[in-house]
Amino acid sequence: MPQLEPADVLIIGSGASGAAVAWSLAETKMRILCLEQGDWQNPADYPSTGRDWEARQFADMATSPNRRQLWSDYPINDDNSPIKVLNFNAVGGSTILYAAHYPRLHPSDFKVKSLDGVADDWPVDYAALEPFFAENDRMTGVSGMTGDPAYPPQKTPPMDPLPMGRSGRMLGEAMNRLGWHWWPSDCAVTTREYEGRAPCINLGHCIAGCAQGAKASTDITYWPHAIRAGVELRTRARVREITVDPATGMANGAIYYDKDGVEQFQPAHVVVMAANGIGTPRVLLNSKSERFPNGLANSSDQVGRNLMFHPYASIWGYFDQETDGNRGPPLSLWSHQFYETDPSRGFVRGYSWQFGRGVGAILEAQQSMANGRLPWGADHHRIYRKLHNHRMNIAAICEDLPEPHNRVTLDPVLKDAHGIPSPKIDYTISENSNRMLDHAIARATECLREAGAWDIGVERPILNGGWHLLGTARMGDDPARSVVNGWGRSHDVKNLFIVDGSIFTTSGGVNPTSTIQALALYIADQMKQRLATLFD
Amino acid sequence: MSGTMANPAPTWGDPTLTDAEKVTLAAMCARMIPASAEFSVPGADDVLIQADIARSIGRDATSVHNTLALLDRLAGGDFAALGEAEQEQVCEQLRAEGGVDLTLTTRIVLQCYYRDDHVMTSLGMDPRPPFPKGHDLPQGDWSLLDPVRKRGKVWREV
Repeated sequence: MPQLEPADVLIIGSGASGAAVAWSLAETKMRILCLEQGDWQNPADYPSTGRDWEARQFADMATSPNRRQLWSDYPINDDNSPIKVLNFNAVGGSTILYAAHYPRLHPSDFKVKSLDGVADDWPVDYAALEPFFAENDRMTGVSGMTGDPAYPPQKTPPMDPLPMGRSGRMLGEAMNRLGWHWWPSDCAVTTREYEGRAPCINLGHCIAGCAQGAKASTDITYWPHAIRAGVELRTRARVREITVDPATGMANGAIYYDKDGVEQFQPAHVVVMAANGIGTPRVLLNSKSERFPNGLANSSDQVGRNLMFHPYASIWGYFDQETDGNRGPPLSLWSHQFYETDPSRGFVRGYSWQFGRGVGAILEAQQSMANGRLPWGADHHRIYRKLHNHRMNIAAICEDLPEPHNRVTLDPVLKDAHGIPSPKIDYTISENSNRMLDHAIARATECLREAGAWDIGVERPILNGGWHLLGTARMGDDPARSVVNGWGRSHDVKNLFIVDGSIFTTSGGVNPTSTIQALALYIADQMKQRLATLFD
Repeated sequence: MSGTMANPAPTWGDPTLTDAEKVTLAAMCARMIPASAEFSVPGADDVLIQADIARSIGRDATSVHNTLALLDRLAGGDFAALGEAEQEQVCEQLRAEGGVDLTLTTRIVLQCYYRDDHVMTSLGMDPRPPFPKGHDLPQGDWSLLDPVRKRGKVWREV
């Protein structure tokens, strides 16, 4: 195997966290290399540039890698989970294929043990992350509105919010009548010219890549800055394992398959895992050695455990009035009315809502035919016209508490194209989450009825709802119960860091990307401050 | 992008339809979404829509083959040869027994039908991709948030 030039810092994965860490560490002038199994995306090829834009969400831009089956994907055995894993493998990772809804975790999310007696407190808190949330908002380009009563007052998104639209007005008026919190979401979507990016023009299909460049994905936010600062990003490089020096027990590089499928060894002095809450435990568990027979950084047996998805429920209604349909970013309003613990509700912790403007013409037809609303035959057209552009939805994102039996392991049979064992998911929804889902569905139904809905539909949990991959290499002060310490360094291997959603101690009840990136920037900052004593 | 990396073999089967399958598919589509003079739309058995469906089977090839085979089987051999009333009856059976394969097959029919120029125009949509023109969306009046502001904070101090 040829020996490549050593990297000072080797980052595995170029998505939300890997890009942020690469950019932040670039100022150290160290030799920083990122290995990414996917490749650069061309925005001119994104679905919204073609007439088949809706169809492609079931094909090459499907959210499930098992459906997509692109060369950059690896299969995932999620048969034993009611929630299926979603991701995207490319420069930018899953920020290519997300809705850019961009809330932060709340201050209470970092103190769940102290406040509610469940799970564990994080070894960091909101105040410590606040400067990094702000820095990340600036780098990402976030739109929203200052003054949200759901957050401490320092949060000031750099751009004005996305339009309220017809759907937003209808929902906002209903929420006001109910006396419930709602607010324009923080969205990683530009509403004006921003750092060379054009403003949103309401293409309506944010999830599968933004042809306008208004949606922030790290290939167009962090990476151009990081590369200009000297970071090397090597694509089509799929990592099989992290290697260790048997004498010292320190990580000394990674074995990966290059674009031609040839095995390579990349030496490194520091390794940073940023491959998401499924990919990171997969690589660590596959990195077995005499010194680490159960996988790297796994003396606690916590690698792969405590997987948290956020059980989602989708509650949608049909209205006499026309809604926005797909004619704008799908998500731009949220409610945190039921976010904080209220013991009278029968569960601990809580959930947020993201309000959906509507769906496209094809998705409406497909979902409504599948659930029996839209018939075959002569009545098809009349009924379809009552549904199309007359829908709004509420998605409830429920906090998922860590449970050790919810886990990622290596599948004994299934492998990717390079023969690397695939991840296997075992996951169940807890009783607390089920009670939370009950509550969220009842309250969302109340909201939609208040807004005038004449028919309500529910999907519980959202089957293809495993966007958020959290907790499988969690942070903590106790090496017996956690994988990394309060600044992302492995308890077992002092030159191994983890910066992605794996390290979440708990999940909160919001989309995690903003917090993942703020945490990655925080860890990079801690590394920079401790360079002289990094391995002590 | 053309991948040079080792790729897994596609698992979705041969997307080519035989002539017999094409006839069965068109007949099924005519029952699913018939043409309508009232709404000025073609049926899903329209020649252009059928050609689009044939090009779009892709990952669902196995499901489409299975569905069409089941349909002919339920029809006693040749669904397209049945009269209208008999076809309706067989379709009802298909909807009861078709399972995931039928769901995936109808998904393809619908994705091709609802991107047809005539259908989109009938629905008041521009037959064009979203980019580069985008859509207009009313900004709205954010004073609607005044009651939310007035109620004060909902986050929990730690």
